[in-house]
Amino acid sequence: MSALLSVAGLRKSYGDRVVLHDISLSVEAHDVVCLIGSSGSGKSTLLRCLNRLEQIDDGVISYDGRDIADPRVDPRSVRRTMGMVFQAYNLFPHLSVIDNCTLAQTRVHRVAKGEARTRAQELLERFGLGDKATAYPDALSGGQQQRVALVRALCTRPRLLLLDEITAALDPELVGEVLEIVRAEAAAGMTMVLATHEMAFAREVATKVCFLEQGRILEQGPPAQLFGAPREQRTREFLSRVLS
Amino acid sequence: MSDWTPSALQVERARIAHAMRVRRAVLSTAVTVVVLGAALAVFLTSPGWPAFRGYFLSWSNFKGAFPSVSRGFWMNIRIFLVAEPCVLVLASLVAICRQSRSPWLAPLRIVAVIYTDLFRGVPSLLVIVLIGVGVPALELNGVTTSLFWLGTTALTLCYGAYVAEVLRAGILAVHPTQWSSAEALGLSRTQAMWRVIFPQAVRRAVPPLMNDLVSLQKDTALISVLGVWEAMRAASDWQGYHFNGTALFVAALYFLVVAVPLTRLTDWLMHRQIRREQGMA
Repeated sequence: MSALLSVAGLRKSYGDRVVLHDISLSVEAHDVVCLIGSSGSGKSTLLRCLNRLEQIDDGVISYDGRDIADPRVDPRSVRRTMGMVFQAYNLFPHLSVIDNCTLAQTRVHRVAKGEARTRAQELLERFGLGDKATAYPDALSGGQQQRVALVRALCTRPRLLLLDEITAALDPELVGEVLEIVRAEAAAGMTMVLATHEMAFAREVATKVCFLEQGRILEQGPPAQLFGAPREQRTREFLSRVLS
Repeated sequence: MSDWTPSALQVERARIAHAMRVRRAVLSTAVTVVVLGAALAVFLTSPGWPAFRGYFLSWSNFKGAFPSVSRGFWMNIRIFLVAEPCVLVLASLVAICRQSRSPWLAPLRIVAVIYTDLFRGVPSLLVIVLIGVGVPALELNGVTTSLFWLGTTALTLCYGAYVAEVLRAGILAVHPTQWSSAEALGLSRTQAMWRVIFPQAVRRAVPPLMNDLVSLQKDTALISVLGVWEAMRAASDWQGYHFNGTALFVAALYFLVVAVPLTRLTDWLMHRQIRREQGMA
């Protein structure tokens, strides 16, 4: 089986500062790949490169058998099937919850309005937000906003979901309700790549964990191996710092 | 990392990206030339074009009217240079006054509301005529009868009302947490307004502010109704005397020469601000 997404030799720099060196990564369908590492190690940049929010300097990003780093590839054609959720929620404050969730469905995917609303309402119900459909984002708690952002991304039935430290801005007690959705989606077979600081969660849901250090993937493997018997000294140091 | 050389694939990609950029540039140039060409063709082939050209674009009239319109335009510039700072000061005071909560300023708040309602509601031309003719008619002691000053005052009052509302919208657009964090540091409301809120409000208000500034620059021509000898007045004088409108064209050019760099400058200032605040993004 060929991978849904495979990255080879990816390089990204801002001017003289190289932020990603020679990244190689493969994501099979139904994989949950967790990117861990300290702040500034390149986790977010890597995710942003994957859906072409950032232009890469070298390497291949093969998605669905197509090199999407090619300048001739329309980035929108990639994003149609690749969802993304951000650390800061980034809901549209001028739209109600339901309108946030139906915007891409109706405008990008040409789903009929009624159908889009049904889909959005169904997902909102499932994640305990059924009564918030007409509310505006600023009236919701952080945890609720982030759950809406997840629903918004899921509404278009993406084949791959990119989650960029989606619990980093939340109170510890609100982290659980957001991770619950991610856990459910993982169980349902959603393919995901997520940058996270939640080690326990990564250990539980990941099929593969990648440790990034100064723009390189220093070590990757199944969670049991990476958390249980890390090969690299730097990985051990990082884990002992965050797990203590 | 200087040990990196782009892969063959990347070199090919860069070539394709470059070719795509060139294609876009060629396309946009072609579209521009065609559209502008078509517009120009409609203009030049219109049945009245020869008459139009004779009336508005006569070279001898251009040369003849130029000195007089130039002298007139210097007056426009003087009106503008006096009115603009006055407008900004007046508008800032009115806007802040309307947002203040101090009980001492309560009467001023009412005055500020009435002022903005009144001067936004009456056409500028009428205000200029009313002040320019009305104030001297009162024969008040010590009040100037100079039409320059009366006209400039009228213009300042009109624009002050608009600009005050622009600034007030800017103040309201600053997120309430900025008030909280300023007050949490122990700043008084006045200090918070002047040191924290107002600077952010101005930054947000720069585009509409510059809009009003350019508009003010053009509306200095309205003072011609009082008989002040400025560009518009000089041009229509030439037009009436020589039965030729080229002088109006000269005046229009003068206003453009000032307005266009002003708007370019605003764009540049805004982009610089955005780059600074978002860290080169």
